Amino acid sequence: MPELRNLTLNFGPQHPAAHGVLRLVLEMEGETILRADPHVGLLHRGTEKLAETKPYNQSIGYMDRLDYVSMMCNEHGYVLAIEKLLGIEVPVRAQYIRVMFDEITRILNHLLWLGAHGLDVGAMTIFLYTFREREDLMDCYEAVSGARLHATYYRPGGVARDLPDKMPQYQYNKFRSDKEIDRLNENRQGSLLDFIEDFTNRFPTYVDEYETLLSDNRIWKQRTVGIGVVSPERAMQLGFTGPMLRGSGVEWDLRKKQPYAVYDKMDFDVPVGTEGDCYDRYLVRVEEMRQSNRIIRQCVDWLRNNPGPVRSEDHKVAAPSREEMKADMESLIHHFKLFTEGFCLPPGEAYAAVEHPKGEFGVYLVSDGANKPYRLKIRAPGFAHLSALDEMVRGHMLADVVAVIGTQDIVFGEIDR
Amino acid sequence: MANVHILVESLKQIFASRLQHCELVNGEVTITVLPSDLLDVCKALQQDPVLKFEMLIDLCGVDYSTYGHDQWTTTAATRQGFSRAQCDDIEESNAYHGDKRFAVVYHLLSITHNRRLRVRTFASDNDYPRVDSVVSVWASANWYEREAFDLFGIMFVGHPDLRRIMTDYGFIGHPFRKDFPLSGHVEMRYDPEQKRVIYEPVSIEPRILVPRVIRNDHRYLLSDHEPDSQHTSKQDS
Repeated sequence: MPELRNLTLNFGPQHPAAHGVLRLVLEMEGETILRADPHVGLLHRGTEKLAETKPYNQSIGYMDRLDYVSMMCNEHGYVLAIEKLLGIEVPVRAQYIRVMFDEITRILNHLLWLGAHGLDVGAMTIFLYTFREREDLMDCYEAVSGARLHATYYRPGGVARDLPDKMPQYQYNKFRSDKEIDRLNENRQGSLLDFIEDFTNRFPTYVDEYETLLSDNRIWKQRTVGIGVVSPERAMQLGFTGPMLRGSGVEWDLRKKQPYAVYDKMDFDVPVGTEGDCYDRYLVRVEEMRQSNRIIRQCVDWLRNNPGPVRSEDHKVAAPSREEMKADMESLIHHFKLFTEGFCLPPGEAYAAVEHPKGEFGVYLVSDGANKPYRLKIRAPGFAHLSALDEMVRGHMLADVVAVIGTQDIVFGEIDR
Repeated sequence: MANVHILVESLKQIFASRLQHCELVNGEVTITVLPSDLLDVCKALQQDPVLKFEMLIDLCGVDYSTYGHDQWTTTAATRQGFSRAQCDDIEESNAYHGDKRFAVVYHLLSITHNRRLRVRTFASDNDYPRVDSVVSVWASANWYEREAFDLFGIMFVGHPDLRRIMTDYGFIGHPFRKDFPLSGHVEMRYDPEQKRVIYEPVSIEPRILVPRVIRNDHRYLLSDHEPDSQHTSKQDS
């Protein structure tokens, strides 16, 4: 038998399976991991410090850039903290819109996770499938905010604007045949809600397709079953939240336990795993997509029948409409003050948490009564998950590290902030 | 809501004089403890069946050194009206934290009782802030404490591996302290002559686009916001 030596392997920061800029220093014995030391911070931009130097409204855009695959959920956490401290009411319609887009975001996130996780583990096809659906959902983002990724759509006191009556359509062009364009525009004839409803009708079949590709796939199961097992006690110790905690068998979902917006009016189930391995977490996330689809359906029905304001009437916080601003002196003053100085928050502190696709996304705000936050702390779910990487991969093989990084749903925008 | 009041009662009962401060604002319970009591309090918070805070959700440092400072006078106008320019350090106002500069804030979650709690402790030494590490109580504190150490320079006594986490290898200073400029001290570029990356002092002037303003005229405070806050106990220990 040849002599085995321990070796230290540097994994990343430029590695396609590192999901961004993760540098891992792995101490290995043969192919077995003895210790993993993740080096993070390569994407540290100091978001929290930057936010301290800007009025509250101007930091919403930074929130999109934290977890850049679940943009609107981050915004939701931030505006909730501001609203909590201000004590303002958000119109019900805006809350329904927020819930609908939170769930669209959850599907967006889980689709990217599923595709990337599959790709890491060696399943190529799933990636192409999930990106096909992401396209439709990003069109929803674009229709409502004008941007496909960094929406800045949620505002303190509501959302930026109401849902459009007309879904934007593809224009005839020389790159695609007219027949192809007509086919693409087929479900874009009505409003945005019609388009979303059409999507929710199609989506369960798509999830079935993903499951046919993976759930009983022998290779997929060999790579995920029994890998990265975390017991429920350990998961709580390590600060796991979201699908990572539920995969370990703890029934904990902020949407049910500490409902915000209108989640208490929604009918949905919370999937919980039993084993706490990568495969269970996969099943939990796939089921979450189906449940999100249900929630979106309920929101679409409600939004259809209940028109109304989508932004608070309190013009100290939410800007008046453009027409009002042109016609009314007081509105003009409000507009000017809001976009130069911003609004002040009463002194105090608030912590608001949302059930982000990756776990609990929390925003801790300390205000000293100024128009800028005194301290903003963002509690990113991925940070706690990644800190447990060492424990999860110890004793596994090198190839399993990739599966564990995949199952943690790591995005560096939020971990490094 | 009743849940929260029960929590306040049981906290007062269990910790008694060890609570420097216990308040209930906006449905959030915050307790302040001395750094010397911190570890014992945390252990009790995690293990006591009435409290049972199994999870440390978040841990962060706060630098209170410029709390309540603004950059533009808004209370008193001169004869010419309000000043046009922002100025640094007008006066130090309502610093409720006393002379303590650094605080560590813990956000706890009890899954059993579905409750949250905020624990705050002020480090006693401003120049060399030290707080006991809670890694032995909650394993998730490990990276959070490394982060607070990196960004604020708070030393966590008993931490197994207190290294920098966010900033670059070889970084000097603690960037989230209030006296650390937003643009930092050094900038980095590739030098074609030396054929390597070099660090040099920053060339950009720090500037403020929107001055920090504190409005004391209560226009922004809603009337129903205040009565909710009640200082339930205030004890000196």
